[in-house]
Amino acid sequence: MRYETERTRRRGHADTATDTLARGLGIFSIALGIAEVVAPRALARALGMKGQEGLIAGYGVREIATGIGILASKDPTPWIWGRVAGDGLDLATLATALEGRNPKKGNVGIAMAAVAGVTALDVYCAQTLSRETTHPLPPMQDYSDRTGYPGGIEQSHGAARDFEVPRDFRAPEAMRPYTQPQAPQRPTPSM
Amino acid sequence: MKALVWHGTTDIRCDSVPDPQIEHPRDAIIKVTSCAICGSDLHLYDHFMPGMKSGDIMGHESMGEVVEVGPEAKGKLKVGDRVVIPFTIICGECDQCKRGNFSVCERTNRNGHIAAKAFGHTTAGLFGYTHLTGGYPGGQAEYLRVPFADATHIKVPSTLSDEQLLFLSDIFPTGWQAAVQCDIEPTDTVAIWGAGPVGQMAIRSAILLGAKQVIAIDRVPERLDMARAGGAITINFDEESVIERLNELTNGKGPEKCIDSVGMEAHAAGTVDAMYDRVKQATMMETDRPHVLREMAYVCRPAGTLSVPGVYGGLLDKIPFGAIMNKGLTIRTGQTHVNRWTDDLLRRIEEGQIDPSFVITHTVGLDEGPDMYKIFRDKQDGCIKVVLKP
Repeated sequence: MRYETERTRRRGHADTATDTLARGLGIFSIALGIAEVVAPRALARALGMKGQEGLIAGYGVREIATGIGILASKDPTPWIWGRVAGDGLDLATLATALEGRNPKKGNVGIAMAAVAGVTALDVYCAQTLSRETTHPLPPMQDYSDRTGYPGGIEQSHGAARDFEVPRDFRAPEAMRPYTQPQAPQRPTPSM
Repeated sequence: MKALVWHGTTDIRCDSVPDPQIEHPRDAIIKVTSCAICGSDLHLYDHFMPGMKSGDIMGHESMGEVVEVGPEAKGKLKVGDRVVIPFTIICGECDQCKRGNFSVCERTNRNGHIAAKAFGHTTAGLFGYTHLTGGYPGGQAEYLRVPFADATHIKVPSTLSDEQLLFLSDIFPTGWQAAVQCDIEPTDTVAIWGAGPVGQMAIRSAILLGAKQVIAIDRVPERLDMARAGGAITINFDEESVIERLNELTNGKGPEKCIDSVGMEAHAAGTVDAMYDRVKQATMMETDRPHVLREMAYVCRPAGTLSVPGVYGGLLDKIPFGAIMNKGLTIRTGQTHVNRWTDDLLRRIEEGQIDPSFVITHTVGLDEGPDMYKIFRDKQDGCIKVVLKP
């Protein structure tokens, strides 16, 4: 998922297992977000949170955006920390549904337990990714002398111009650079 | 014998497996002296390519010494011969082989009916590269059975080292064919996406064929370093716009010839189409990530050529065919017709025009192979090319 470029080298990521976990969380985020956007009414009903449909759909958009950020970015660390923050928001919102005479408190409890579980995974993933950033990778290898030309590049440049490109690999004649004597230029007709 | 065996996604192990036997009169068995991990093996390691089964032996870049020859291969091979084994298994007799189109040999893929369902027609059998291409055991092993061995081999002299010769099996002729497909003119700029092993060979092939300017595009510092050593101008796509820089280097006209040596697993964080591909692939709605193809079609000079040695496996989304059609681009692609080029390339190695061993960054025993897959995949430790010594 991530590579040792000049930029990532400073961040020092090399743990692909954590990358895979981050990726899984990204996919989960998109799936959950789609459910929240598509069926906010059903979710609100199940949690006894009628009137909060707009809020749930909004949270869904947040989940989808975070998921895309995780999957598309070179470094998912900030996006995973974003998920942790979102988990806190989710738990706080669910906690408000435990107040009063909500007949669906049981469902809310189950939802809070599920969110808490995912939060634990998010925190683990975010911490592991962040920890990696403190370990610098080994210094870059120097391959500047690996030319591949025993006699030097000047001697090899064009050394294979004697190679006859097979007929079936040649560029179509019409696509070749125009080298024939050109006809006198005529003014371009207006259209 | 010991062999690197595929057990599942990112699960390759060095196992003990039965020694190969002569199964057909045209077979031969070679004792592998050197083999390599190819970039396309990573598509199997990550399981982007369908058709692998647990227990399959990996590897399609091998060379060694003939230790046993089937009766029908004896006219062409004998025990003790030193051979490089091309990754494509060829019969040498079918219509396609007679035309030199060895990678689409009509007879060597014993699962040709599966390939025909996927691609419309069968393609050649390949070593260690899924059951779509015959399910033949690969050469990352102590011994290798070579089917159709009378045709499927390249005899090599004892005066050159394994390291100089091994890459005749795949990456050198692949990079060469990529450049030949461009039909390079002395006035051409050749842009090459991906500076992995095939990209490195394509850079040097384009230089040998006399391109005016060669440009390599990647983001791994060591690869860019090696590309510059080979005579290329480099573009780090993490740090600058590929399209702007290519236009700048070609007076706004774009490169005449573009080579995609990346294939299905393009990494291009930050672009809209790359995000789109990531999400679609993660949700199993797309098999390949063709960012490079899109970029090449966009930036290539009108009437130019797109050469595609990079491996693609399935269905690609949002290919700008409007640009390809309206700009009159030529697309040339395909697995490499290895034996079509190897006599010429062997001569060039012997004459000192090129020494392909420059690309080797790691040499280890077979038992360290599984770890090297991970290091190679993650581009750690400056890893560009791994050679295994069984």
